[in-house]
Amino acid sequence: MNWLIAILQTTLFVALAPLLAGWLKRCKCYLQNRKAPSLLQPYRDLLKLVNKQPVVSEQASWLFIKAPYIIFSATVLAATVVPLIAVNLPTSASADVIVMVGFFAFARFFLALAGLDIGTAFGGMGSSREMTISSLAEPAMLMAVFTLTMTASTTNLSFAISHVLEQGLVLRPSFAFALFALILVAIAETGRIPVDNPTTHLELTMIHEAMILEYSGRHLALIEWASQLKLMLYGVLIANIFLPWGIAQTFSLHDLGYGLLAIMGKLAVLAIILAIAETLVAKMRLFRVQEYLGFAYLLGLLGMLSHIILEAAR
Amino acid sequence: MILFLAYCAVLFSFASGLLASLSNQRQCLLALQQRYLKNTSAFINHCLEEHHYPHFLRQAVFILLGLSGVFAVLAGLSVLMSGAVLTDQIGLGLPWLPWHIRFDALSGFFFLIIGIAVVAVSLYGTGYVHHYKEKDHPFAALGLFTGLFVMGMLLVLLADDAFVFMIAWELMSVASYFLVAFQHEHAANRRAAFLYLLMAEVGALAIILGFGVLASFSDGFTFDALRHAELSSTWASIAFGLAVLGFGMKAGIVPIHVWLPEAHPVAPSHISALMSGVMLKVALYGLIRFCFDLLKDVQWQWGVVLLVIGTLSALGGILYAMMQPNLKRLLAYSSVENIGIIFMVLGLAMIFLDNGHPELAALGFLAALFHAFNHALFKNLLFLGAGMIHQQTHELNIDMLGGLIKKMPQTSVVFLIGCMSISSLPLFNGFVSEWLAFQTALQVDVLDNGVLRSLIPVSAAALALTAALAAACFVKVFGLTFLGVPRSRHSEKAHEVKDKGMLAATYLLAGLCFLVGIFPSVIISLINRVSGQLLAQTLPNDNALSWLWITPIASSTEQASYSPLLVLIGAVMAGCVCYWYLRRDPEKTLRIAPTWDCGFGGLTPRMQYTSSAFTMPIRRIFAKAWIIDEHVNKDFDGAMNQEVKAVHYSLHIQDHSWPWLYQPLERGVNKLAKQVARIQTGNIRTYLGYSFVTLLLLLWVIS
Repeated sequence: MNWLIAILQTTLFVALAPLLAGWLKRCKCYLQNRKAPSLLQPYRDLLKLVNKQPVVSEQASWLFIKAPYIIFSATVLAATVVPLIAVNLPTSASADVIVMVGFFAFARFFLALAGLDIGTAFGGMGSSREMTISSLAEPAMLMAVFTLTMTASTTNLSFAISHVLEQGLVLRPSFAFALFALILVAIAETGRIPVDNPTTHLELTMIHEAMILEYSGRHLALIEWASQLKLMLYGVLIANIFLPWGIAQTFSLHDLGYGLLAIMGKLAVLAIILAIAETLVAKMRLFRVQEYLGFAYLLGLLGMLSHIILEAAR
Repeated sequence: MILFLAYCAVLFSFASGLLASLSNQRQCLLALQQRYLKNTSAFINHCLEEHHYPHFLRQAVFILLGLSGVFAVLAGLSVLMSGAVLTDQIGLGLPWLPWHIRFDALSGFFFLIIGIAVVAVSLYGTGYVHHYKEKDHPFAALGLFTGLFVMGMLLVLLADDAFVFMIAWELMSVASYFLVAFQHEHAANRRAAFLYLLMAEVGALAIILGFGVLASFSDGFTFDALRHAELSSTWASIAFGLAVLGFGMKAGIVPIHVWLPEAHPVAPSHISALMSGVMLKVALYGLIRFCFDLLKDVQWQWGVVLLVIGTLSALGGILYAMMQPNLKRLLAYSSVENIGIIFMVLGLAMIFLDNGHPELAALGFLAALFHAFNHALFKNLLFLGAGMIHQQTHELNIDMLGGLIKKMPQTSVVFLIGCMSISSLPLFNGFVSEWLAFQTALQVDVLDNGVLRSLIPVSAAALALTAALAAACFVKVFGLTFLGVPRSRHSEKAHEVKDKGMLAATYLLAGLCFLVGIFPSVIISLINRVSGQLLAQTLPNDNALSWLWITPIASSTEQASYSPLLVLIGAVMAGCVCYWYLRRDPEKTLRIAPTWDCGFGGLTPRMQYTSSAFTMPIRRIFAKAWIIDEHVNKDFDGAMNQEVKAVHYSLHIQDHSWPWLYQPLERGVNKLAKQVARIQTGNIRTYLGYSFVTLLLLLWVIS
């Protein structure tokens, strides 16, 4: 039964990710006085891509063709670790938050290699930039997460969320720092403005798009889906770690339904905030990104230090 | 019995060395055979034939070396399983100073590491060495010193008194000096070898002094006596400092690492694999033996020292590695990084031990030894892979490679596994030890000291940065070497390695990387026995399902757990589902088309990213970490000198430690030497005067 719910939760994760992307696009369109596409447009796009015949470059090796499957699977596995509608699921015990970061690294590793596989300047450029940004973002992310795990004295996300739930609403300075750091990292890692612009194909600015420029058909669909999933994962992470209220602690139908509604509501609000931020802020220069991520890293570290000095002092 | 296995390992390595030295003695052997063995079998005659002889000899040498490795693995495993501590005395050396031998779990674990590496290297060796021309690079020298080198390493692990330890240590250092200098026709190699020898000897001096400090507080040089030395904490710290200097010099920690990226790449690849994968581990063994066994009462301040040194080495190592275009140099720098990580975790273990948390110390110890084991596996694999690339393309500069994934499919798979392990991606072994390292660092809450409580998270953050940079670095390595379009004629003409032994060696190591990543508990239970003997504390691992899960803290999944097997099953499931779903329609198979060239046409391999281009953002961000010397010169031509005819780009990246540490040191030594030279007048009367005065002084002292 528990396993069934775990699989259901992962399926929900995968199924809802395009919806979140659609909602985000809709919010941005409203804010920018444009006519919004349907909420279901990302699903249609994915379906269209899946049914198209993929075109692969002559230079591509097996790695290029297998990479989308690997990237998608690794992202789905990362999704199994994060509690979406319920805590205490069996899948969350098999891997903790460090493993989740590891899965992201796994996906990124293959994405960057796929970018280099074609032998064009675009791919190399994208891979180089992606690896640079991620190597700065990953430690910042771990710092933010460690702050939480040290408070709950577990690296298991499910138990950490239960811990926060038990504690009730306590205003912790460390959490404020960590939340802010995690948001900054999430924006960088999911390739949103101001770090990367997912809608551009301008060579001076692209990062993620440069790597996947040669992909088409079902391969592109998988990669797009994986990045939508990644966006949702970060959203869920932020929502459920810092504001876990509403998540199901027992597996009754009522609680699970309530949990689903709660997370959808939280994600909708987060997407609105992200859309506002993306509308207000301009994309920054590539070599300003290190300052941005350095700031996130510093916030994570401050969060951890303030936990150690202020909260856990004895 | 177990000790017999260990002796066998040592003797076989020695025998392989001796046999190799016979490679130029075919005539003597023929003469011997004719004199003593009148009617020999056809096989021996066949072996001694002129054109068969070198081939058979090489085979035999590497078989003996392989047997040495097999016996080392067997000895290591059996001593770990039995949990026994075996001691012995051998009547070698001076009559009143027999060699003391001790074989316990710690030695056994390192025997295991060396054994696996030596087995892989001996599988690989036959195929690799045959391209050396006998006239320029005699096999006798290579084989002899390889045998002695392995023997020295094994003896270091067996030593139970300071004399044997130092003899074995020097054997290891000197034998490896000759291996580094093997291709001595290049001046750079000779220079690297000399630097290596110099630093190895300085390190050995520090170790001798460290033993000396201990010995002056005890009666004798056996480890048993040294263990019972009653040291004040100051003297213990001095001994620790000397040990860190001595063993750290061999292990290659920043800033005393400079010999490592010079010496490791210039040796033949299988030797580089042994040096980087195994010899550094022997230095680590020495440090662990010295601190945790001989000094016993570790102080947390030492832990802080190791933590800081380790953090510096890890970050410095990977940043320098990133900038290297030479594949083997890059791998050597990455060894500095990995040793740094191990030092860091050992430091954590010391801190926890002195603060009264032996169970966490055992966890740190576990993470350190596990990482040492993993590093031996994947670094060996990568060096052997680099050797294969070098053999097939005669090129180590990754800016000249590319596209090898199609030319060398099997090599590329094993190399990819090596890259994934070293980048600590889940499902592979590097991830497990890094996960354990993070788990250790996150237990900082139990400490009372405020400085430590804030220092350790910072170092955990540095560890996270190191891991991420390592992933970027190895994306670069694999991406530029194997993917893309060949950047030179050599890499275009490359083809797969023919020799089965070479492939088998890399398959063995790659398979182990993966298996250890999926079933880490096997190795963990072995290391638990080491920490049980050394720290008298093991991790709670009595869970019935412990082979499935790693649960480092208490035997519950409450705090942290990782189950690689379940993760693997999940990964396979997810991969299969999306693969089968999307490939269900045979109509929609792939269409192969030219790469998109923005409509301009004519994509050339030179348009691809190079190593320096790939790392440019990192170079700009961490600009302070190196001394960067970058020049762009343009040749102008045409009317008014407006057209750019050619652009010359040069980039030199230097280590900070040279101008800051070594060059002042060198100047100082030179100055001192000049001062000393003043008393050397060149006049015999003055020298007689010196002798006379010295004699008088000595007589005065004695009376």
